Formats: sequence, structure tokens, C-alpha cells
Amino acid sequence: MPKPAVSVFQYPRTATEMPCGPYAKAGVIVETNAGWRISRPVIAAARCVRCQQCWLICPDGAIDRTGESYAVDYNFCKGCGLCARECPAKAITMAKEDGQGE
Amino acid sequence: MSNEAWEGRRAFISANDAVSYAVRLCRPEVIAAYPITPQTSVVEKLSEFIAGGGMDCQFINVESEHSAMAAVMGAAMMGCRTFTASSSQGLMYMCEMLHYVSGSRFPVVMMNANRTLAAPWNIYGDHRDSLAMRDAGWLQVYVENAQEALDTVLQAYRVAEDAAVRTPAMVCLDGFVLTHTYEIVNIPGQREVDAFLPPYAPGENVLDLANPRSLCISVAPEWQTEFRCQQQAAMEAAKGAIARADGDFAAAFGRRWGGMVEEYRCEDADYVLLGMGSVMGTTRLVVDKLRAEGLKAGLMKIRFFRPFPREEIAALGRRVKGIGVIDRDVSFGNAGALYTEAKAALYSAGGASPHTVNFIAGLSGRDITKEHIETMYRKVMNAAAGGAEREIQFAGLRWEEW
Repeated sequence: MPKPAVSVFQYPRTATEMPCGPYAKAGVIVETNAGWRISRPVIAAARCVRCQQCWLICPDGAIDRTGESYAVDYNFCKGCGLCARECPAKAITMAKEDGQGE
Repeated sequence: MSNEAWEGRRAFISANDAVSYAVRLCRPEVIAAYPITPQTSVVEKLSEFIAGGGMDCQFINVESEHSAMAAVMGAAMMGCRTFTASSSQGLMYMCEMLHYVSGSRFPVVMMNANRTLAAPWNIYGDHRDSLAMRDAGWLQVYVENAQEALDTVLQAYRVAEDAAVRTPAMVCLDGFVLTHTYEIVNIPGQREVDAFLPPYAPGENVLDLANPRSLCISVAPEWQTEFRCQQQAAMEAAKGAIARADGDFAAAFGRRWGGMVEEYRCEDADYVLLGMGSVMGTTRLVVDKLRAEGLKAGLMKIRFFRPFPREEIAALGRRVKGIGVIDRDVSFGNAGALYTEAKAALYSAGGASPHTVNFIAGLSGRDITKEHIETMYRKVMNAAAGGAEREIQFAGLRWEEW
């Protein structure tokens, strides 16, 4: 499931808009978070066997399974490389963000 | 569930049993508890009710009081009406979760069997356990007898679940003097209780697949104060809910306990003792004796310690000459907790404040006798007449003349 779109969280403007106790609507994403990535996973669609290992292991839920081929959500991928390391089909490679090769 | 033989009948039961019947009549959906003297028989009886098929409720046996409160909080997150009970060391172990439940605004109701805290080790009654939880954000109510215990549990759910309150409530019973003493108690019928206490209607802070929410979220410094202010407002709103519950209860069941406080022979009183719990029963007898002698004595029973009856005490202070406060606790380095707060309330009474004396009494189950209480009244009269009285006194101290 792709992540919800980034949206603006509406803070209470008056005392009566305060929730009764500390709770909030779940699944609200207020900003993207991928700024510290130094290399990015690249999925070779032709090699992907759709085994879901990358989707299961991604600590950030940044693998999108909904499309024709698996895709990485670069708005949230931190570049940890777990998916590339675990992919049994060797379909994922890590590319340096500065374009200087792997 | 069939009509039980005890419904709508008079029974000779302990105050612990009275609480068990009351809880059963309130139809909680989840109870989690860990046994501790003198609370044990409450949860034993409830587990018997459930095992016997008379109560549609999940009883969770847990490994500690901390877990008991965590478990009922989890159930409250699902929108369930819940109950637990503890005492003394167990309440101390529950402390962290008490704050979690109140801060999260879940209207859990619990019973505390008042018992002192070790060391020295002792299983008997005083108020040092629940008063140590003064700032846990729970409503606290102290009862005088088994009937009041039963009736107050029914009212506690009404007040705690009030939409303007949504704050947990602790019903406090003196260990042994109430918990293990048998009295005649009127047990209401299920139909009458159902009419007084409708099913729990939780607010929005519940887990719901159709409307996912994050509960018990972290709150940054920029917003924490607003949540704390909200808890304080809920406590103040509870005062109205307590009065309404008292009135509705009287209309439905014909018994009235006074709401925040009960005054006894205070209309024209000059000298009044304040106190909480079972000692107020003995104090009534002493008031009657002194009145027969022509002395203008009265008592004010503090039922709710949280929210605190500031206004009631201030109003009393405006019309009496002397006030004594019986504390079944002592905050070492200052005074009794009730005295400290009552004196603060009197400061805002306006005009001349009455003379005040604090009597530390009934610690760890020691009897507070009629003679002790009569001496307290005479000491308050002496102070009011300008006589020398120490402000804080341990009643009946072994080495002193009392």
C-alpha cells in the first residue's frame, strides 16, 4: 500500500478543538523524510520475481507493490540497502546519490 | 442473566462484598486484578460471579498491579467499561499506570482498600497509600460504610464516564474497618442500576478499524500544557457531575451521601472536625454527645479529596470559630494531607480565618476512639478561645496525656 500523501496537520485552534486526551488521526504524514540517503536502491523490473522480500524487510515501508513492477518511494527511503542485500533475484542495486557509481 | 436472589434485597455483607455486588451491577466488560490484603475478597468474589456465569465479563489474571492497570487501560482503549482494585504496596506498584490512564482520559473505576505503607510492615488501615497518589490525576472518594461503598461505586462510573469529565475514579475504603466488617446493605436491582447507569459511551479516543487513530501519542512541550489544563478543567467539571450523580441517585434509590462533602449538625456549629472515611461514623456519636451538653459541635465529612471541596471548606470557615482536621496520614516534614489542603482552602475564605488544629490519628489501623475525638473537639475549642495548642498533634501518642 502506498503511503498517504503528505498533508498539513491541522492543530487545534481553540480549546474546544483539543482532542479529549492525547490521541490523533492515524496515518497523517506531514513531511517527507529521506534527506540522509547517500545511495538509492534501483529495482531492475526484468529481474524482479515479486517475492515481496524487499517489501517485508524495508524498515520504512518504502517499497510500493501496487504497480506493474515494484517501485521505491524515494520520499521515504533512507538508503539503508537492506532490500538490495536480501533480494534473492539480485534485482536491486544501490546507486550513489552523487552519481559517482555504486 | 437471571434475576438473582440477592437483587433488590437486604444482605448482611462486608464492604468488600458490597463493592463486588456494585461492580457486577455496573456490568464492566473487563476486570484485571492482582490480589493484596485487604482488597483480595473483592476480586475473588467478582471472579466467582464470572466463573458461575452470572457476569458477562473477561477476568484477566495478571502478574502484578502494574499489569492490572495496563490491562484495563488496554480494554478501555477498546471502549470497554473496566474495573480493578488494589491496596497499599500494590497501589504503589500501579503508580506509573495510574498516571497513564488519567492522562489518556480513560474512565477506569478502581477500588482501593486503604492500608498503610511499609516500612514498618503492617497490613492495617490508614490513608497513606491513596493520598500518596494524590497527584495521579484520579478522582478520589472516601466512604464511611458498606452501603456508601456500594452506592459510591455506582456513582463513580457515572461521574468518571461523564463526557465533560472522562477521568478515572478511585473509591477508597478503610482497610478491615470497612473491607472486612459486615453490615446490613441494600443491594439494588439490576433494572434500577441499568436505568441509573447507561452503557458506557466512549469518546473518540478508542481504537477503531474504520477510523484509525494513534492513542497515547507523545506530546511536545509546545502542547503538553494544554493537555494538563484540560485535565484540570475535567476535575473542576467533575464537581458538577458529582452533584448531579448524587441528586439522580437519591431520586432513583432514596439514599443521598452529599456529593463532595457531607455536613452533620454544622448549621449553627462553632467547632467542626473534618475527616475522611469510617472515622466519621464515630465522630457523629461524639457530635451528638457534645450537642447534648450544649456545645455547638459539628462535622464535615470530606467525601471527594479529588476534586477537592475548596468552596465548601471556605464557606464553612466563614461561619465557625475552630476547625480540627483528622488525618489518617502524615506528610513527614509538613502536616497531614487533608489539613494542608483544608487550611489552604480556608485562606481563600475571606475575613477572619478560624483557628485550626491538625490531629494525626488512626495510623496503620490504630483505633480512633470516641474519647480521642472528644479530646480533639476540646482542643479545637481551647485553640479558638486563645489557649495554647500545638498546631500538629499525634492523637493518643503513647507517651503523652490525651
